Amino acid sequence: MNDTSAPTRADLPRLLAALGPLLALALVWLGFGVLEQRLNPGSGLLDAAIFSRQAVADIVQQSVVIGIGALGMTFIIVAGGIDLSVGSAIALCSVVAAKLALAGQAAGIVVLGTLGAGLAIGLLIGLLVVRAGLIPFITTLGMLLVLRGGALALADSQPINVQEAGWLRFWLNGLPAGLEWLVIPPGGWLMLGLAALASLTLRHTVFGRQVFAVGSNEATARLCGVAVDRVKLAVYGLGGVFAAVAGLMLASNQGQGDPTAASGYELDIIAAVVIGGASLSGGVGTILGSLIGALVMTVIRVGCGLNGIDESTTRIVTGVIIVIAVAVDRLRGRAAAA
Amino acid sequence: MRGIAKAFGRNRALDAVDLSVGPGEVHALVGENGAGKSTLMKVLSGAHAPDAGTMRLDGRPYAPRDPQEARRSGVGMIYQELAVAPHLSVAENLVLGAEPRRGPIFDRAAARRLAREVLAGLGHGDIDVDAPAGSLSISRLQIVEIGRSLALGCRVIVFDEPTSSLAQEDVRRLFSLIDGLAARGISVIVITHFLEEVRRLASRLTVLRDGRSVATHRVAEVDDARIVAEMVGRDVADLYPRSPRTPGEVALRASVPGRGSLEVRRGEVLGICGLVGSGRTELLRGIFGLDPGGSREVAGRPLASRPRDAWSAGIGMVSENRKEEGLALALGIGDNICLPNLRALGRAGLVSPSERSRRAARWIEELGIRCQGPDQPVGRLSGGNQQKAALARLLEADCDILLLDEPTRGIDIAAKARIYQAIDRLVTDPARPRAVVMVSSYLPELLGTCDRIAVMGRGGLGPARPVADVTAERLMAEATA
Repeated sequence: MNDTSAPTRADLPRLLAALGPLLALALVWLGFGVLEQRLNPGSGLLDAAIFSRQAVADIVQQSVVIGIGALGMTFIIVAGGIDLSVGSAIALCSVVAAKLALAGQAAGIVVLGTLGAGLAIGLLIGLLVVRAGLIPFITTLGMLLVLRGGALALADSQPINVQEAGWLRFWLNGLPAGLEWLVIPPGGWLMLGLAALASLTLRHTVFGRQVFAVGSNEATARLCGVAVDRVKLAVYGLGGVFAAVAGLMLASNQGQGDPTAASGYELDIIAAVVIGGASLSGGVGTILGSLIGALVMTVIRVGCGLNGIDESTTRIVTGVIIVIAVAVDRLRGRAAAA
Repeated sequence: MRGIAKAFGRNRALDAVDLSVGPGEVHALVGENGAGKSTLMKVLSGAHAPDAGTMRLDGRPYAPRDPQEARRSGVGMIYQELAVAPHLSVAENLVLGAEPRRGPIFDRAAARRLAREVLAGLGHGDIDVDAPAGSLSISRLQIVEIGRSLALGCRVIVFDEPTSSLAQEDVRRLFSLIDGLAARGISVIVITHFLEEVRRLASRLTVLRDGRSVATHRVAEVDDARIVAEMVGRDVADLYPRSPRTPGEVALRASVPGRGSLEVRRGEVLGICGLVGSGRTELLRGIFGLDPGGSREVAGRPLASRPRDAWSAGIGMVSENRKEEGLALALGIGDNICLPNLRALGRAGLVSPSERSRRAARWIEELGIRCQGPDQPVGRLSGGNQQKAALARLLEADCDILLLDEPTRGIDIAAKARIYQAIDRLVTDPARPRAVVMVSSYLPELLGTCDRIAVMGRGGLGPARPVADVTAERLMAEATA
C-alpha cells in the first residue's frame, strides 16, 4: 500500500539521508560558534576561533586517523561485519612503520611494508570469519588484544622515535612551511582523496554493489552467484590496508610509533560510521557520511577545548551526540517506511 | 466496525470500511495485497488508531489505545509472523504480558497450570509447557499463540493468513481447531488469499478493495468468479494463459542424491508437486548448486556446482523465501534485479547507475511492478511486486532455464496472473523457448500452468506425467501417501 504515494514523499527522506550528516556537522560547528560568541560578548559570530583557519586545520588534522580508519570500517559495516581490533591494528602498523623507518629503510619500503602488515592483519581476520565461521564481533574482540600485545612486543613496550624521517612527519604535523595555501595538512588531503576513491568503489563498482548485497542479505547474494566469502575477505583486507594508512598518519602526527597509542579508537571509528548513517546490521552506509561522522566528533572535541570545557563534559557531549545521531537516523528510517 | 478510515500521510490505506462479526461466526476477509486487510486488522487490534469511524464490541464503544488494551478488552490477533520468545518456555509465552503473580513475584505454578488447561482445551494437552518455545514446530507455536488469546479471555480472534507456512496436515488440524473456537461462541476473523479456505471455514466473507469494503456475502450464496471479480475490480477471464506449446530439445538434466532426478525441455513447464518438507526445495537448491551434492547437465554438457556457474550457464532460480533469501530488502529494485550480472552494467568493474535504472525500468514496465522508481528499496514494495522483482532478475539475466520455487506464494491474484503470463510467454517465445521448472504446493496453479507434473513424495521425485493424465485428487493422494 506504499506504492501509491506520490514520488515527492519518497525523495524527501532520500534527500535527508544524503544531507543529514552534513547538516549535523554544520549544526554542531555553528553551535560551537554561537556558544563562543555567547561566552565572549561583543565579538562577531564569524570571528569565533572555531571558524579560524587554524581551527579548521586542527580539526582536519585531528580527524585524519579516525577518518581513514572509518573508510575501511564503512566497507566492513556495510558488508554486515564489524572490526573491534582496528585501534590495535593502527598502533601495530604505526610501530611497524617506525621500526622500518628507524632501520633506515627508504620511504617506499616503509610504506609498502606497513600496508603489507595491515593487509595481512585484515586478511587474517577475514579468514577467521570466513573459513572458521567465527562471529566478527568475537573474533575482532580477540584480535584487539592479540594485535595490541603484538604491537607492545614488537616495540619492546617503548615508543619508537621517527622524528628524523622528515618525509613521514610531512603528512600530519601541521601545515608544512611554504605550503600554507594547502589550508589543511597534506594528510587531510590524503584522507579526502582516499575517501573519494573509497566512495567511488563502494557506490559504483561491481565489488561495491556486492558489498551492499552481502550486508543486506547474504542468502540473496549467494543465490545470485556472488562469491560471498571472497567479498568478506576483501572487505576485511581493505579494512586492514586503511588501518595501515591510519597507522602511518598516526606515526606522522606523533613523531613516533607508539604501541600504546590509538587505544579506544575502534569505538571512535565505529561511532563515526554510525553517525554517518550506516546500519550495524549491514547493507546501509556511505563513505561521505562516515567521513562527516569523524569530523563531527573532532569538531566537538576541538570546540569544547576552545571554549575551555573540561574533558569530562566533552566526553558526555560526544556520547549524547552519538546517541542523538542514531535516534535521528531511526526516526528517519521510520518516516521512510511509513 | 463502521466507516473506518485510516490514512498514512497522503496514502489512504482505509476508506469507509464496514465489518460486523457475530458471536461464534467465522468471518473471512479477502482482498488483494494492499487492499487494506492488514491495516484494518491493526485498527481492530489496537496497533493503529483509526482517523474516522467507530467500533463497538458487544454493543459497547471500543477504542483500544494499544494492542495490550485490545487484548484485555477481548480482541486477540494471531499474526502471520508468529510472535513468540523462543528462549522462554511454552507456559511463559502463553502468559506473556499478563503474567499471573503473587505481589511482585511471577507465579510459575499458576502459569503452568493455566497453560496446561488452555492447551488441553484446544485438544493439545500433549504440548510440554516447560519446553522452550523455540523447540516447537510452527503449527504448534500457532496453537500456543491461540492459547495466549484464550488465556486472556479473548472473544474475538483474528488470524492473519494462518495457513501460509503450514503443511497440509497441520492446516486440517488448524481448521478443526478454528471450528472448535467458533463452537465455543468465539468470533473468528480469518484473513486469507485462498478461496478454498474461505469455503471450508467461513460462514460469511467480506471483500476489501483499495481500502473499501466492497461487499459482504454469505459464503454459500456466492461463487468464486464473483469473489475474484470483486477482489480485482474486473473480470479475470483467464488466470492461466496457455499458448500452444511445442517442447524442443532437453535443456537441463539434473539429479540430486536422495531427492530424485529430472529433465526439462525447452518450451515446457515442468511442475513439481509436493508438500512443505517433502524435499522439493532441497531438490531445486541441489540442482542450482546452493546445496552440495547435485549434478546437472545443460544442453548435454556437465556443469560445475556453484550458483555462479549456474547463472553463467543460463540457469536462474527464484527462492521460495523472498524475505530471507530471495531479495535484499534494503537495496533498490535495480540492484536486486541486476545482482547476478553486475559486470554487464559498465566497463572495468564499474557500475553505471543510469544503466542499472534503465534496465530495471524495462522490467518495471513489462511486469507492471508498482513502485516509485528503480531505486526504491524492494522491502517497501508489496509482496506481489517483490515477487515480480525476484522474477525480473531471471529475465534480466536472460536465463534459458528458470527454477521457480513457489513463485506465487502469498501474493495477490493480479500479481499471480502477471507471473503466469510471463511464464507462458517465456516458454512460447518463438525465437528462444525457455525451460521452466516450477515447484508449488498449490495444485490449481500447477494444473493451470504446467505441461508435465511430477510428484515429490516420501521416496523422492516420481515420474513426470503430462498434465492431461493427472487430476488434483490423484496428485494430492500421491503427495500425501
